[in-house]
Amino acid sequence: MSEPFLIGAHMTGGYGRGGPDILHDCTIAVDEGEIAVIVGPNGAGKSTGMKAVFGMLQLREGSVRIGGEDITHLSPQDRVAKGMAFVPQTSNIFTSMTVEENLEMGAFLRRDDISGTMEQVYTLFPILKDKRRQAAGELSGGQRQQVAVGRALMTQPRVLMLDEPTAGVSPIVMDELFDRIIEVARTGISILMVEQNARQALEIADRGYVLVQGRNAYTDTGEALLADPEVRRSFLGG
Amino acid sequence: MDLLNALVAFLNFVFVPGVAYGSQLALGALGVTLIYGILRFSNFAHGDTMAFGAMATILMTWWLQSLGVSLGPLPTALLALPVGIAATALLVLGTDRLVYRFYREQKAAPVILVIVSMGVMFMMNGLVRFIIGVDDQRFADGARFIITAREFKEMTGLREGLAIKSTAVLTVVVAIIVVIALFWFLNKTRTGKSMRAFSDNEDLALLSGISPERVVAITWIIVAALATIAGVLYGLDKSFKPFTYFQLLLPIFAAAIVGGLGNPLGAIAGGFIVAFSEVTITYAWKKVAGYVLPSWEPDGLVQLLSTDYKFAVSFAILIVVLLFRPTGLFRGKAV
Amino acid sequence: MSLTPRDMLLFLAVFGLIALTGFTQSWNVALGILNMGLISAIMALGVNMQWGYAGLFNVGVMGFVALGGLGAILVSMPPVNEAWAVGGGRVLLALLAGAATIAAAIFAWNRLPRGITRAVVLLAILVVGFFVFRGLFDPAVARIEDINPATTGYLGGLGLPVLMSWPVGALLAAGAAWIVGKTALGLRSDYLAIATLGIAEIIIAILKNEDWMSRGVKNVIGVPRPVPYEIDLQNDPGFVERMVGWGFDPVTASAITVKLAYSGLFAAVLLALLWLSQSALNSPWGRMMRAIRDNEVSAEAMGKDVKGRHLQIFILGSAVCGLAGAMMTTLDGQLTPGTYQPLRFTFLIWVMVIVGGSGNNFGAVLGGFLIWYLWIMVEPLGLSIIGFITAGMADGSWLKAHLLESAAHMRLFTMGLILLLVLRFSPRGLIPER
Repeated sequence: MSEPFLIGAHMTGGYGRGGPDILHDCTIAVDEGEIAVIVGPNGAGKSTGMKAVFGMLQLREGSVRIGGEDITHLSPQDRVAKGMAFVPQTSNIFTSMTVEENLEMGAFLRRDDISGTMEQVYTLFPILKDKRRQAAGELSGGQRQQVAVGRALMTQPRVLMLDEPTAGVSPIVMDELFDRIIEVARTGISILMVEQNARQALEIADRGYVLVQGRNAYTDTGEALLADPEVRRSFLGG
Repeated sequence: MDLLNALVAFLNFVFVPGVAYGSQLALGALGVTLIYGILRFSNFAHGDTMAFGAMATILMTWWLQSLGVSLGPLPTALLALPVGIAATALLVLGTDRLVYRFYREQKAAPVILVIVSMGVMFMMNGLVRFIIGVDDQRFADGARFIITAREFKEMTGLREGLAIKSTAVLTVVVAIIVVIALFWFLNKTRTGKSMRAFSDNEDLALLSGISPERVVAITWIIVAALATIAGVLYGLDKSFKPFTYFQLLLPIFAAAIVGGLGNPLGAIAGGFIVAFSEVTITYAWKKVAGYVLPSWEPDGLVQLLSTDYKFAVSFAILIVVLLFRPTGLFRGKAV
Repeated sequence: MSLTPRDMLLFLAVFGLIALTGFTQSWNVALGILNMGLISAIMALGVNMQWGYAGLFNVGVMGFVALGGLGAILVSMPPVNEAWAVGGGRVLLALLAGAATIAAAIFAWNRLPRGITRAVVLLAILVVGFFVFRGLFDPAVARIEDINPATTGYLGGLGLPVLMSWPVGALLAAGAAWIVGKTALGLRSDYLAIATLGIAEIIIAILKNEDWMSRGVKNVIGVPRPVPYEIDLQNDPGFVERMVGWGFDPVTASAITVKLAYSGLFAAVLLALLWLSQSALNSPWGRMMRAIRDNEVSAEAMGKDVKGRHLQIFILGSAVCGLAGAMMTTLDGQLTPGTYQPLRFTFLIWVMVIVGGSGNNFGAVLGGFLIWYLWIMVEPLGLSIIGFITAGMADGSWLKAHLLESAAHMRLFTMGLILLLVLRFSPRGLIPER
């Protein structure tokens, strides 16, 4: 079996130099068009694992490769140029700027015509088209998340990384967001996301990673993890 | 007729000076607010940056004047302005490189940057005094008035004259052009939008590939231009004296805070609020009152506060805003 | 509470520098530097309390210092009885009316329900109060200022010993600090800076313009001294005899004796304050202050009254600055409102604290002496450097004349440079916090 498109392999490290390790030999990967979901209890290093893949902390050991290319030592900005896009959990939009300007800023590094990509985002999130002249900070929680995802998509990434995209939104909005994420994946973009709502997330996941204390506890398809009685009992509440 | 005289007196002594002063404060406050929005500290050296810009322009003006260059009715300083801006831009970019960048990389607390800006203020102040001295400098030339009080009286037959200094009109015209250009830049260009994005959410701007050093450099260049223009206009309208520029710091900060630090629109509104409050509160209304109420003969000057207390006005406005609306009228960034 | 050998050496070095001035120039100059150094050290102590203990950024030191100076003349100058007779009572009444107006306005604001009524009532109180105040105030002031304007034209003081004015100066500064602190503390640090900058300018404006109180730019001169006058010493046969016996010139000796007397007074105050500050810093109170400074959020979560503590230390530090201001006016023997410049009285003190070591009382004191010494010495030094540079230039050349003339402005530049260099390469100062 060939290597997945994006892989953070055997990652060990923590924040800052000399800080304690948060990740221990942790491996996270996603293939093209797949949805990979990282779940686990609080403090398990879920977000940290994803940030490590994106280069937001220094790894002592392990490596990150995209399409076979080693990017372990690239800064997050340079990884954006390699086709990765990251949506932080909070403060993920420019609140004082309009929806359209948010999308434009997402495409800041691109020098070509971005109107096509913008249309695609509007097709994916029709509500944003109606509100495109409105300040993003005035939108509802779910709409803000759409802006955040839309901004990330503007770079035409090959991997979209989402840090708890459904935190703080209502269940109905959450279902809708998951639907959209599946749609994004169908266009061939890989999705790597961290989720608190483990059960719903694993339902749409091609791969699932259960992390415990910075280590891979279980790794399988989403379906298999949902079926695993051990995982169900420990992490999904029975 | 008396009411008309009262109106003319009001225009002459309150409105026209207020608009000119307000424009100067607005330009100064825009510089302060941009630094605050992008670099996230209150720049105490801004008054002295204005003094430096004005000084560079004055030196260039003198040189042009000695060559016999003139713009006719317009002051020669306008021709020297680009050179003044360039010199100031070089100075602030150099300062950023040598001083501020270190603290930015350290992610130092804003208050440390404020103290650092105090050191920069000292040095700039010393530099300006060293080069041009502490005395008043005159560099205005061209036509003094668009209309003098006498001409106006002859024209209208009113008892009150309306004198409009050409520098006042020039100030307002230049300020309008600069503000339009700045807002066009911030709202319509890619670079301007990236500055707003950086000011709004620094981390996300980084994720979007916006280069912080580039944004910071462009900000300093714009601030240099704004400071120089404000400094030159103030010098043309009143006079150039290094110390007065330091004292402008208070009304300028009051204007920026009243409007909401980090909000350019607020800075402009704040500039005019502060300027008009200062002028109306320190103006002796006796003449106007005499026309409006001929039967009332006040024995004083009907002046709410002596002009020596004009700083108290900016200060009072500042305190009221801080007490009741700390983020300013236009919702700035600061809490 | 301890000085390392290195700290001792630093202190010795600074005093050595001052002594060197005594040997090479004159002891009169050296003692002059020492006396202002002592006062500067006290100001630096005050600023260090606010910044070093609590992280409060006060840029209004000048105002508090000037208020202290006002305190000195209000206490020590002889009262001008004619002025009191023609308008003293009315001025006091006017000030009372002004205070009552503000009190009534605050009362109305707090008691009345929100809405248009409150705004109207508030406005009415302020407008009526303002006109009552001006109606009482203006004529009284005019009459007071008419009394022999060349020498008095003001109310004078209480005619008490000048030493009593020092705590009064501190109290005046504390009062002003209370007003500023009530409004601007608890907001961002930048706002406190702007607010203090503003209050300082206003205090100076008041001193310059309220002639009935401080004679404005006409200055109050001849403030009584706590020490003998030189001329009295020179006329005292016992003193002259003793000095001649010791081999000194009586005139020089009298000047030096007076300066030494001041040094003794100031040193006593400085040592007392230093002892108090050290005990305070090392008490539970001092530890709490530093805990608040280092992490306001967690201190607040632990139930500390952050704003209250800040107000307390802000007032204390400002009072110390006021005390130093009263001492300075005493030393100068005059109050000259026109000479108060923020660069000299606010920012220079900050340079002292940062260079000396913020958070460490000994550091602040050392910074006070060192920076004051440099402030005095940079000018002649700059002049001689410029003189050296321009030595080769033709006499009468424009550049040479300009450079020589501008050398005096090197001071500010040098102070800024020192501040930036210390902040960059030794941000904890010469004697760091422990």
